[in-house]
Amino acid sequence: MIILFYLAAIIAVISTLCVIVQSNIVHALIYLILSLLAVAVIFYVLGAPFAAMLEAIVYAGAIMVLFLFVIMMLNLGQRSTDQERSWMTAKGWIAPSVMAAILLAQLLYVLGGYEYDLVPVEVGVMEVSALLFGPYVLAVELASILLLAGLISAYHLAKK
Amino acid sequence: MQTIPIEHGLILASILFAIGLIGVLTRRNVIFVLMSLEIMLNATGLAFIVASSRWGHAEGQVMFIMILTLAAAEVAIGLGLIIQMYRRYHTVDISLLSGMKG
Repeated sequence: MIILFYLAAIIAVISTLCVIVQSNIVHALIYLILSLLAVAVIFYVLGAPFAAMLEAIVYAGAIMVLFLFVIMMLNLGQRSTDQERSWMTAKGWIAPSVMAAILLAQLLYVLGGYEYDLVPVEVGVMEVSALLFGPYVLAVELASILLLAGLISAYHLAKK
Repeated sequence: MQTIPIEHGLILASILFAIGLIGVLTRRNVIFVLMSLEIMLNATGLAFIVASSRWGHAEGQVMFIMILTLAAAEVAIGLGLIIQMYRRYHTVDISLLSGMKG
């Protein structure tokens, strides 16, 4: 099980790197789906099977299909890929990458102090739903209102 | 049962977050910016799951479900805005939208 965690972590990092350096947008989307599936494997190894299933169904399934529909609607094609390639200059990449790398190094330095070991214990659907419909029921209601607001505004925005 | 050091999971979440941040800062295509935002939200969800797995609690998964809901709503509205932007300006270049009319 441990080797699964590290393999999936390597796949997630590499495919996420591929997402941000791609010039073809559909290829980037496929790499993003691969990265999300790798994260779903990590969730499963860490003992969260419900979160792993939601990651595969909602993220890799629904949200990515939404992206794909919009890309197909916009019909960008080869012209957009060439334009993307011309935008990706070294000048635009270096400064943000260096600054993000410094932030990452600081985070890694802070995280290096922890010396806890994590024993993956499976926390199943029952515990999660008991919490969702017990103490967190107000958060569930607020999430439903958020989704309704998202639905209405997406309908309004995408309307002609 | 074998153990995983908790910092490895948190380090993975930080690396994914930093990659998403680089994507938001460097890309000019607005769809790529939205995808990088998804990467960053996913990395925060991973950090929540790692932390809840350390303590054997289910609260982290509840927070992950909330983040998932937020990401879904954000993507729906963001993609609607992208469609509207493409209709008006016939481009997906985000730097065109930097000016204000006033």
